Order: sequence, then structure tokens, then C-alpha cells
Amino acid sequence: MNFVATLRVALNALRINKLRSALTMLGIIIGVAAVIVMIAVGQGAQARVEDQIRSLGSNIIMVMSGSALSGGARGGSGSQQTISEDDAYAIAREVDEIQGAAPTLRGTGQVVFGNANWSTGFYGTTADYLEVREWQVAEGRGFETSDMNSAAKVVLLGQTVAKNLFGDANPIDQVVRVRKVPLTVIGLLERKGQNMMGQDQDDVVLMPISTARKRVLGAALAKSRSVGSIMVKVRQGADMSEAESKMRDLLRQRHRLQPGQDDDFFVRNLSEILQAQEASSRVLSLLLAAVASVSLLVGGIGIMNIMLVSVTERTREIGLRMAVGARGRDILTQFLVEAVTLSLIGGLIGIVLGVGGSFLVGALAGWRTELSITAIVLAVGFAAVVGIFFGYYPARKASQLLPIEALRYE
Amino acid sequence: MGTNVVAALRGVSMSIAAGEFVAVMGPSGSGKSTFMNLLGCLDHPTAGEYWLGGQEVSKLSGDELALVRNRKLGFVFQHFNLLPRTSAIDNVALPLLYSGTPVAERHGRAERRLIQVGLGDRLDHHPAQLSGGQQQRVAIARSLANDPMLVLADEPTGALDSRTSIEIMALLQVLNREGITIVVVTHERDVANFAGRIINFRDGQVVEDHPNAAKDAASELARLPLAEAVAP
Repeated sequence: MNFVATLRVALNALRINKLRSALTMLGIIIGVAAVIVMIAVGQGAQARVEDQIRSLGSNIIMVMSGSALSGGARGGSGSQQTISEDDAYAIAREVDEIQGAAPTLRGTGQVVFGNANWSTGFYGTTADYLEVREWQVAEGRGFETSDMNSAAKVVLLGQTVAKNLFGDANPIDQVVRVRKVPLTVIGLLERKGQNMMGQDQDDVVLMPISTARKRVLGAALAKSRSVGSIMVKVRQGADMSEAESKMRDLLRQRHRLQPGQDDDFFVRNLSEILQAQEASSRVLSLLLAAVASVSLLVGGIGIMNIMLVSVTERTREIGLRMAVGARGRDILTQFLVEAVTLSLIGGLIGIVLGVGGSFLVGALAGWRTELSITAIVLAVGFAAVVGIFFGYYPARKASQLLPIEALRYE
Repeated sequence: MGTNVVAALRGVSMSIAAGEFVAVMGPSGSGKSTFMNLLGCLDHPTAGEYWLGGQEVSKLSGDELALVRNRKLGFVFQHFNLLPRTSAIDNVALPLLYSGTPVAERHGRAERRLIQVGLGDRLDHHPAQLSGGQQQRVAIARSLANDPMLVLADEPTGALDSRTSIEIMALLQVLNREGITIVVVTHERDVANFAGRIINFRDGQVVEDHPNAAKDAASELARLPLAEAVAP
């Protein structure tokens, strides 16, 4: 008996018992759909973290000012301005592993254009900042060395700020006031989205560090060289911890710290934090898939259950088939094909529901979901394996019946 | 089930020639069912030999027996054993499925067999839509699907009324005249009388084996008053 004939016999048997076939499939349908949705949710979460890493820029190390001690109470990081602009230039110059180091001075203030105004944070930084953050200028130009040297009255706007001040109009070459200081918009930054804390990274204004110090932040800081933090990018392929320790040594030397004395600065490896988060979201998505797989397993047991009932119920039919010339393996194939057909059709319906469900979860819960072909192939492959595995026992039982006993079965 | 070995048949030795019409009789427990199962290659003899058409089949494996059943034997059962919710033509084509006959040929052969048993107009009917006699005709058509040398009928009239029983016997007689060897198991003397040879079993042994002047079922049928056929 060839395969096409076996398939037809199996399909016929399933067609004759439509309701039972549908109910049996339900287990597999739910299982496959659950696996697909769960993997989509898990991968969506993972992709979000990956995006955040990408938006932060890869291989980033933050150097922050140390804490101040006043009256026995320690201030937080940055309460004392211990690092300077020159530290940043020294790091970029002297540590080979470092691709760029951007000193940043942070401030907040009202930005005004015409009768529109917007409160935002601004950074005084250098041209390195965009390179470190892997941030492109969407329109206009970035900073140039001459801007730095001359404390030029120029500014780069983030998308959110530009939208709030200009709407859809072109902001390039317009003059905005930051803390009442008129600055010319020379460029518009490309959209960056939210960071891992959910903050809008596009709600920002960038200006040359010299401009921030001398013109915007005011007289108090004008003569100092200190900065709040330095953002450092390690070269692709270089060893992060190697770069970190070299940088630490350099800063200790520059700050004239004695051996045994505490660092007067903090070093934070942001990529590491994100990578840990990524690892945990990967574990989460594995866990979700594992839970969903359990329902597939239960679906498989449902198939076995029904196939066993079906074998018992059709004992006489099996006897008859044997009497007219079916060999044991013909019967085995027939029941196996029935079980696998059940699980595959269930699997296909499960795919449709799973894909639909993923979109639904994405739309209703607002979660990011990411459908993957691998997940779909995996789920259906698993369904087929479940069909074969759980179909084999009943099929084998059927094939080992003795024709006379099967024929006489009441 | 104990471990006692019960010899269902003892010292049975006989030959059935091609073209015979044999009736096997005997009370229950007489061993006639075991005899039929052995003839039908549904069971292995624990001892002894069985030659079918020049082949010793008592030593064959399960798969080889399946092939013999498929190619050389046809079965007719008391309760028809048709596949439910399956058309008459598909029921008849069932043995062809296991003999690897191409799809196109299966249909044609099954149709010819159904026409042969007088059901040419019921090809697509399901068993539930057919009377008992018609169902048994479908079963007979099925037993003929692979041109067997021997048709075994186990109480073929056991579930039928007397007129339909005679009709079925008439059909078997027609097939026998066309050259098919037929063995019928029955406990009704009336049915056995249509056969050309009657074998009687008792306690696992043959107690009687004699030729019989077969009655002609067709003429018997003609003698029956027609009213009986339509009576409820």
C-alpha cells in the first residue's frame, strides 16, 4: 500500500469523525499557538533591550565625578566636580583602546523660539559625543573644532525639542534662546527613541562645551575646567576591562592619588548593565517557550488518548483490513499517519492563531512582539514529533492485533 | 486464560479440490471455526500442514500470510464487516488498496464486481443505506475484488431472513459455477443443502464428509410465493 493511499485512508477516517478530530486537534492548536505567541513576546522583549543597547551606542563607559564629603554626609556621585575636560582629552589621546571621549556638562533650562518655549536638558559637549553615542545628524551639520575653540553660539536640537518649538517647520539656521542666550540651530539630530529607563532621548539640546560653560551656565563655571561626566567609547574589538583599567590608572595619575587612596571618580560600564538585562530577557523568553511547550505536550497526550480509543473502537475494522490483506505495518502506518495528520493540521491552524495572537497581544497590550520563522518551524516540527511520538504507541498496538481476535472483537 | 493447550482440531486430514462448493457444519465448540480460521490463513496451526494452491502456507510469516489472504482468499462474514460511512464501491476496493493496484484500476474493478452481484445502481450508497442482503452482496463483491481462488463464508446467512438467505446462496452458486471454490460455515441444514459437499465437525474431528446433491437456490427462490418477499 503506497503512501498516498495511506494518507487518503487516514484523512477519510478523520473526516468521518469530524468533531472528535477537531477536539483532538484543539490541544495541538493551543499548544502551537501558545509557543508562537510566547516566543514572539519573549523575542520582542529581547529586541527592545537590543535596541536600547544600539541607541546607547555600543562599548560605552561612563566616567563620573566622585562624591563629596561635607559634614560627615557623603554626597552622591557628581556632588564634587573632580574630573575635567582635560581628563577626557587625555583619555582619548593616551589610551589606545579608546575611540573617543566626550566630556559633558549638563544643565536644564527653557528653550525659546518666537512664542513657543520648551523646558529641556542641554549638554555642553564636544564633537566626539555624536561619535561615541553613534548618533547621526539628520539635517544640517554637526560641531566643528572651530565651534569649540570660539565658543560659537550654535546648537543641535533633538527631534522632540524641534517638534515642540518648530512643529513641522525647518529649524536649521533659526535662532533659539537657551536660558536667554541666543544660539543658531545648525543641525537636527536623528531620532533615537527611549532609553532603557523609558526617558525620551530626543528631548535634548547639544551645544559646544565651551559655549555651555562661558555663555549659558554662567559665570560660576566660566573659569573652571571641570565636567560632570565623560562618555567614553572603546574601540570595536578592544578589551573593555583592559580599557577600563588603563583609563582608571591614567585618571588616578592625573588626579595625583596615592596608592591606597580611593578613586575620586566613578566608572560605569553601561553596556554591561544592558547585556545583563539582555541575558535576563533571554532567560525569560526561554521560560515562556518552555511553559508553552508544556501545553503542546498535553496536546500530544490528548492525541494519544483519542488514538487509543479509536484503535479500540475500530478493532473490528482493523481485523477486517488484516483479513483482506493488510500487513501489520500497513495498519501501523495508517494510524501513525492519522496521528501525524491530526497534529500537523492542528499545527497549521495553530500557526494562524499564533500569528494572529501575536499581533493581538502587540496591539492590545502594547507589547512589542517579534514573530520569528524559527519559532514557527520549531512549533510545527515539535507538533509533528508529538504526533509521531504519541501516535506510535496506539498505532503499534493496532498493528499487533491478531486478525482473528480483532475480527471477533465485540 | 490458562496454560492448558486445547487441541481444537485433532486428526483432521482432508483436501478440497478447486471448484468445489463445501458446507462445513457442526455445533459450537466442534472446531469448525478453528478449521475456518486455518483455511483463511487467519491463524497458525500449532502442528500439521496446510497446503493452499500448491503452497505450504502453514509455515509462512504474518506478512506472507497477509499476502496470501490478499491474493488468494476472499472472506464473507456473518455481520458483513463493511466499513461504516464508506461507500459500497470503496468498501469493495479495500483489498485492492493493499495489493497496490493503481487508483484508476481499483475503481473499475470494484464497479465491475458490484455490477456482478447486482448492485450496479448502489455504488455510492453507504452501508447504512443498504438492506442486510444488499450489504452482504457488497461483502461478497469485496471478497471477489482480487480474483481469489477460494472464498470463505462464515455464517453468511446468519443475519438474514430466509428469502434473502436463499438469494445469497444463489449468488454464491453462480460464482461457484464460474469456477471459484467456496467453503461455507453454517449450522443450518437448509443452507448446507445448497452445497455440493457437506463436512460435519464434532469435538475437533470430522464425523461426516459426504457429497451432497445440491439444491439449486435460483429455482428454490422461484418457488417461493412472492408475497413472502414483501411481507413485513
